[in-house]
Amino acid sequence: MDGTGFLQREHFGELIRILAGRGYRVIGPQLRDGAIVYDDLSEVAQLPSGVIMDVQPARVHATVTQLPRYFSWANGPQALKPLLFRPVETLWQACRDDKGRLEFSAADEQEARPLAVIGVRACDLAALELQDRHFLQGEYSDPHYARRREGLLLVAVNCTHPDATCFCASTGDGPQARTGFDLVLDELDTGFIIGAGSKRGTALMEDLSLLPVREDQLAKAAVSHQAAREAQTRALPPGDLYDALAARREHPHWQAVAERCLSCGNCTSVCPTCFCSHEREQPRLDGSGSVHLREWDSCFSEGHSYITGLVIRAEPRHRYRQWLTHKLGAWHRQYGRSGCVGCGRCIAWCPVGIDLCEETAAVLGGGHD
Amino acid sequence: MTERGIPMQVEVVERVQESPTVFTLQLRLIEEAQRDAYRFDPGQFNMLYLYGVGEVPISIDGDPDRPELLQHTIREVGRVSGGLARLQPGDRLGLRGPFGRGWPMERLDGRDVLIVTGGLGCAPVLPVIARLMRQRERYRRVAILQGVKHSDDLIWRERYDEWARLPDTQVLLAADVAGPQWHGAVGLVTTLFERLDIDLANSTTMMCGPEPMMVAASRELLQRGAGEDDIWLSMERNMQCAVGHCGHCQYGEKFICRDGPVFPYREIAALFGQRGV
Ligand SMILES: Cc1cc2nc3c(=O)[nH]c(=O)nc-3n(C[C@H](O)[C@H](O)[C@H](O)COP(=O)(O)OP(=O)(O)OC[C@H]3O[C@@H](n4cnc5c(N)ncnc54)[C@H](O)[C@@H]3O)c2cc1C
Ligand code: SF4
Ligand code: SF4
Ligand code: FES
Repeated sequence: MDGTGFLQREHFGELIRILAGRGYRVIGPQLRDGAIVYDDLSEVAQLPSGVIMDVQPARVHATVTQLPRYFSWANGPQALKPLLFRPVETLWQACRDDKGRLEFSAADEQEARPLAVIGVRACDLAALELQDRHFLQGEYSDPHYARRREGLLLVAVNCTHPDATCFCASTGDGPQARTGFDLVLDELDTGFIIGAGSKRGTALMEDLSLLPVREDQLAKAAVSHQAAREAQTRALPPGDLYDALAARREHPHWQAVAERCLSCGNCTSVCPTCFCSHEREQPRLDGSGSVHLREWDSCFSEGHSYITGLVIRAEPRHRYRQWLTHKLGAWHRQYGRSGCVGCGRCIAWCPVGIDLCEETAAVLGGGHD
Repeated sequence: MTERGIPMQVEVVERVQESPTVFTLQLRLIEEAQRDAYRFDPGQFNMLYLYGVGEVPISIDGDPDRPELLQHTIREVGRVSGGLARLQPGDRLGLRGPFGRGWPMERLDGRDVLIVTGGLGCAPVLPVIARLMRQRERYRRVAILQGVKHSDDLIWRERYDEWARLPDTQVLLAADVAGPQWHGAVGLVTTLFERLDIDLANSTTMMCGPEPMMVAASRELLQRGAGEDDIWLSMERNMQCAVGHCGHCQYGEKFICRDGPVFPYREIAALFGQRGV
């Protein structure tokens, strides 16, 4: 990443304007109802300036301070996932004429503009890479995901304030963004060290009012990288846990978790790598046709494993076990790495504070067979 | 890599009521180009789409050497299958497919072949039997075993009789509960194994039916000398997409829609029969 520059805080709005000027729909973080959400961004004032988050299992609390920072928090419930793999999406439409003949048409809601997302975290990039493998690099590719992915422009920000739930250092996915972005930012009190990760990023930098980066600024960024890493207290054991978890399929801790678990599926909705969906038919009320939809689903739902007259994962312990053994085990065999990027969302947004790291340790610690 | 597609239009050519709840639809792709291009392997499945209701996975049970006629035998159990049951010749529906890995046809040459099915599991093996019977000389002894809950549930009795008349072909039927006209055995399909006249150590088994039946039958065949690579099982899980994306058909690290539905025993041995996976 050669060719860095320094963008003063008061010039940050340039980035938003330039992206919008180049035809992007600009998305960025905002504080809403006490949480960071990603939505349309047209001006700097919308950014969560000075926001500090206290994130604990089942608890998220935001405080607005005078800190001259836009990115002094780690993440919110959404990652990039909803922007590319939509929570609800039309896959196709069918029409039937008066002779009973059918006509199928691919849903092509053309995206008016490609997306540019500001404030992408290292864990989000890692998760995006995994979703790419799932939706684009298998035997079949998903044209809906592909269309949005193609134009996507990503402005990453290295984390300076990991949440207490973050453990990306232990999964090797953060807190510093290393690949997969167009631009990457290091935020200091006075502005941003900015670097490019792609040709598009380099071209954008040419339009920004950049100053040369000073040594002391680089040193400050390096210190904050290390601090962000060292601030993390949670961790997952390294490597492929497939066999270790399989050997503990009947471990009593699955039931202990199940007694707290509400099977609500919050963990899978906020998880940036979970990819499950179901399909649903919605006939139009005016009789003009029928729409075939895809909606996010969760292995915690009863319907997920339903086959005529039988729910395969009938008990919550089976579902939690599916989730964890898929995420930390089967993913390695399916996609060559763990399905967890250490973002901590499932811990923060679980209504009863079930903690992936702790539960994993409890299952593995027992030495059960 | 192929892009996930939208359904093709098919027409019902023929409809046969096989039993009070089971029916067979013969379908034909409307577009000539699609019809010419369509090929399937025994054991693969299609997603059948009923207008305004939804889409379900159904095995293809026609003759793989006549792929222009797509045959599906379906049990009426719910919304989509119930709607499919009401279709009549001339009616249109949607079809995506074929999907998945089918039966190991290339591994059967010169071997004994055992087919063990339960309930409607008899459908996905029809394309296999069609091949076996057409090229009978390529294979050694063949045994076809079918188990049903009640003897009245048995469909295709004439076909079983017809196969039984072929040389070196054994047909054995079992019903858990037998009515007055029943000539087969009474009990589970596994009770038929004693009477098998094939060499299990040099055989390939293809099995399709309710999972508990397949678990019990595989274990017994293994005990009787069949190899873990020589028992092939057609697995069933909820399926939404058939293209490896929706996650519903996951079985450990496998996606049944893509890696299966047919698996050799060895590939799934660690999970097979485990509750809640
Ligand atoms: C690979 C494969 C091959 C199959 N082949 C046949 C066949 O040849 N003949 C036949 O009658 N049935 C077959 N089935 C089962 C058939 O798909 C289900 O009976 C059917 O989906 C039930 O749908 P429904 O809407 O009528 O029932 P409902 O009970 O109303 O089901 C609701 C929904 O759940 C899902 N679902 C329910 N049961 C199953 C199931 N067993 N498998 C997958 N999804 C399910 C479907 O999305 C379905 O629409 C096969 C299943 C699989 C996975
Ligand atoms: S499992 Fe939890 S911590 Fe890991 S990527 Fe998913 S939401 Fe983040
Ligand atoms: S099976 Fe569960 S853990 Fe795996 S992707 Fe689906 S929802 Fe996520
Ligand atoms: S049916 Fe969707 S992944 Fe297999």
